[in-house]
Amino acid sequence: MLLLAFDTATPAVTAAVHDGTAVLAETHQVDARRHGELLLPAIDGVLRTAGVDKRRLTGIAVGVGPGPYTGLRVGLVTAAALGHALGLPVHGVCTLDAIAFQARAEGLAGQPFTVATDARRKEVYWASYDAEGRRTEGPGVDRPAELTPHPRSVGAGALLYPDAFPGADGPAHVSAGALAGFAAAELAAGRELLPNVPLYLRRPDAQVPAAYKTVLGGKAVLPA
Amino acid sequence: MADEPLVLGIETSCDETGVGIVRGTTLLADAVASSVNDHARFGGVVPEIASRAHLEAMVPTIQRALDTAGIKAGDLDGIAVTAGPGLAGALLVGVSAAKAYAWALDKPLYGVNHLASHICVDQLEHGRLPSPTMALLVSGGHSSLLLSEDITTDVRPLGATIDDAAGEAFDKVARVLGLGFPGGPVVDRTARDGDPKAIAFPRGLSGRNDPAYDFSFSGLKTAVARWVEAKRRAGEEVPIADVAASFQEAVTDVLTRKAVKACKDNGVDHLMIGGGVAANSRLREMAQQRCDRAGIRLRVPRPGLCTDNGAMVAALGAEMVWRDRAPSAFDLSADSSLPVTDVHVPAAGHGDVHGQAYDALAGGNG
Ligand SMILES: [Zn+2]
Repeated sequence: MLLLAFDTATPAVTAAVHDGTAVLAETHQVDARRHGELLLPAIDGVLRTAGVDKRRLTGIAVGVGPGPYTGLRVGLVTAAALGHALGLPVHGVCTLDAIAFQARAEGLAGQPFTVATDARRKEVYWASYDAEGRRTEGPGVDRPAELTPHPRSVGAGALLYPDAFPGADGPAHVSAGALAGFAAAELAAGRELLPNVPLYLRRPDAQVPAAYKTVLGGKAVLPA
Repeated sequence: MADEPLVLGIETSCDETGVGIVRGTTLLADAVASSVNDHARFGGVVPEIASRAHLEAMVPTIQRALDTAGIKAGDLDGIAVTAGPGLAGALLVGVSAAKAYAWALDKPLYGVNHLASHICVDQLEHGRLPSPTMALLVSGGHSSLLLSEDITTDVRPLGATIDDAAGEAFDKVARVLGLGFPGGPVVDRTARDGDPKAIAFPRGLSGRNDPAYDFSFSGLKTAVARWVEAKRRAGEEVPIADVAASFQEAVTDVLTRKAVKACKDNGVDHLMIGGGVAANSRLREMAQQRCDRAGIRLRVPRPGLCTDNGAMVAALGAEMVWRDRAPSAFDLSADSSLPVTDVHVPAAGHGDVHGQAYDALAGGNG
């Protein structure tokens, strides 16, 4: 197994190469506004560092969110195009699952916890996990005050709203190494990952414009 | 470089996912996936809906173009993509995809200007552009007069709209008349049964002291709305076909008069008209008459190549390869307000446009 993994669903632009056992190389840059500029150079760099020719890859793992849409799409369309051009399968991973995998690796194992990332508009993307690391609730998008998270929580969304997430701790953003590790473990266990389709969780912002405004003032007389 | 470079072009600046494949100046494929129906009930293009549609359509549209052209991705000599101007989030999908294909296939990447592509597409129809070429670009997003000596390096803006684009005026007038969206084709059709001289709508910026090559369609749009509303208030029937024809006449009169004047003033004997509004039948007819009278050769691509498409991007990309222009780097930005003078975005020396896609979405859900 030789996986290229990346994620653009959080402010981090992160890429990694994983051989099924370990992370061979990883890069991580936090810049919430430059996913488009940073991702491809990051992918190129991580393969160089790992000394892996892209033609030797066996698959792509990509974080499918939830996350802010503009950045999220950079990762998904890149994964789709790379998969198409290189003839590789693309495995989608819920970004919150990757953060959960990382949190457990960093010491949260053995207890239930909640992952929350920043969804903007005073909301968080969140999911809850049991002591074995299995997702039990979510992913969802809600106002922090409306949630009842586990006593322990991780992610930038939890850190941002300490009142709602009293047990907030790191990691803040996703790392592609963890995402690759999660994907490699799932694939090795013969489990299906997600399709390469974004977890938007919200309908598109599309206000129907009001009836055209009268230029003479007063109530417009609308055509039939 | 190849004599007849084989280039794939990706265009996602608005609501159509366009993928074209060109060999030199020969069109091999022009695949389009449109989300226009998803926007119709909103009366305009909704950026988030367009961006979502681009993501879904990207790979299938690329594959369709490759199949139509009968080539393999590995045969390509380059990948071109619209780097701007356009809807920020929509552009970003195309730019990201183009980078991925270029990198995966080890092909040069060319981030090109949408407006220059609109001009260059005519090479697929009428052969290489003469130097210099005068171009009138009219669409829902732009109305400009451009003078180009070399379409890969030198596009000079002579004038542009100071308010609404011509296509926007068509959309708004169609809405006032209850004709639906998009407005261009439906106003054109409706106008065929009307009298273009029935109502004397204003010709914007046509006074002696007005800027010679700039346009204004906001006043015209308001005049039409005012005229129609007054009729409705008086309880009279609105002569829809006459209004459409008279409005269309006012737009095409100003566009063609200024374009011909620009040619004469600058000693240019070729006029190219592009952009979605160039598909308008009255504009084509009037431009032909006025160019014939002035001794100017008119070049207008067929309507399918006037609207946004991937072929135009591939056409400019192929010209870039043919003329040995420097490719773009993999940190290429999508620039929603890329100036028309930046015909393409080479690897070094481009300005700091980071975060543009995000700024433009401030307050949105991106
Ligand atoms: Zn256009």
